Amino acid sequence: MAKSDVKVLGAWPSPFVMRPRIALNLKSVEYEFLEETVGSKSQLLLQSNPVYKKIPVLIHHGKPVCESLVIVQYIDEAWASGTPLLPSDPYDRAMARFWAAYIDDKWFPSLSAIAKAQGEEGKEAAIAQVAEGLALLDDAFAKCSKGKPFFGGDKIGYLDIALGCFLGWLKVTEKMTNLKLLDEMIAPNLVGWSERFCSHSAVKGLMPETHKLMEFAKMLQAKFKAPPS
Amino acid sequence: MAEEVKLFGLWGSPFSRRVEIALKIKGVKYEYIEDDLQNKSALLLKYNPVHKKVPVLLHNGKPIAESLVLLEYIDETWEGNPNLPPDPYERAQARFWAKFIDEKCLPALWKALFGEESEQEKAMEEALQNLKMLEKELKDKRLFGGGGGGGGGGGEESIGLVDIAANFIAYWVGIIQEAVGAEILNRERFPVLYKWIDELLSCSVIRENLPPRDKMLAYFISRVQAAKASK
Repeated sequence: MAKSDVKVLGAWPSPFVMRPRIALNLKSVEYEFLEETVGSKSQLLLQSNPVYKKIPVLIHHGKPVCESLVIVQYIDEAWASGTPLLPSDPYDRAMARFWAAYIDDKWFPSLSAIAKAQGEEGKEAAIAQVAEGLALLDDAFAKCSKGKPFFGGDKIGYLDIALGCFLGWLKVTEKMTNLKLLDEMIAPNLVGWSERFCSHSAVKGLMPETHKLMEFAKMLQAKFKAPPS
Repeated sequence: MAEEVKLFGLWGSPFSRRVEIALKIKGVKYEYIEDDLQNKSALLLKYNPVHKKVPVLLHNGKPIAESLVLLEYIDETWEGNPNLPPDPYERAQARFWAKFIDEKCLPALWKALFGEESEQEKAMEEALQNLKMLEKELKDKRLFGGGGGGGGGGGEESIGLVDIAANFIAYWVGIIQEAVGAEILNRERFPVLYKWIDELLSCSVIRENLPPRDKMLAYFISRVQAAKASK
């Protein structure tokens, strides 16, 4: 398949954008990455995702697919002959979908809340929520992995991708709060998993370096604090 | 081994009803257990410790929660009358719109109907925009469709994931509007959506798995009164 048949619209700092890219790598599918400029939205993006106007968007044979987890499932089904991203058993699939939804609906918002928290108490409460979530996810890992290295078992799968994409931003949050969140005490299984995930060949080239993300985060913070023009 | 399917639900919950509709379309026999909201049952806390909410399905002792996760689980576990089409691109579209309904439509509608007065106008605008997008997606189809037989017509005209996910819009919004005295969804503004509502509610499997209108209306009226009393 020609590279131009598969395009991903995205931006390097976005954890959501990492998801379809990891999935395509796992399926050994070549694609063209179209980087959006931070702060502006290209015509192609606005046309391909008129509902949300957000990245990532996958464009396959000219047809757009939006919402990162919807895209990952699409990739799994459109390239069904490649390595499967979701487990084969319906119950295991339901668990993977359940936890991925938890990550997006509850856990990641709690991580973002730390930076926005007001005052010491607010920050502490936000941090406690993230830690609680990590403990839950650690438990989920034990159940899903069944003793294997990844949520998906021997290989990286849907749930690994869903959580793993946030590891860069988690590290940034740890640096900014001066606290270890992904910690042996809170989430012993996930500590080892995160190292395996980040060093995986499908992920390595995509995970942004922490110091670059920190710079980007500081730039964003400055933008928000700046008086409205 | 005999199959054991139990559903923990709430008579008035659209999320709970989604799962019942999906099970009924597949002809799956299940035991329904009404959850007692006042004392969240110990069983519910055991089977859904993360969210502590219904619906929860117990299949041969294994619990699954979250209605959209359940709709896909039901589709993958029991054969016949699928709620998702076979084509990957169409499946992606169905998942996208189901998610849009839960993440954008429902919260905006709820806020527009029940939110703080200061938030209502903005929520109303958002709700209208979202409904317009949904209408656009419907185009000239009788149903959002993509299902394989639940509506009685086969092909794209059968009840699909998005039809089931949009049950709140088809049924609850009208009732809540009456209770609250607001009007967001009406036939003049949304003729295409209303045609869909008529079509959906004409399907017996949908109609027979909705809470009784008068009971639901009474519930929302009492909610409105309670909210006024506490001000």
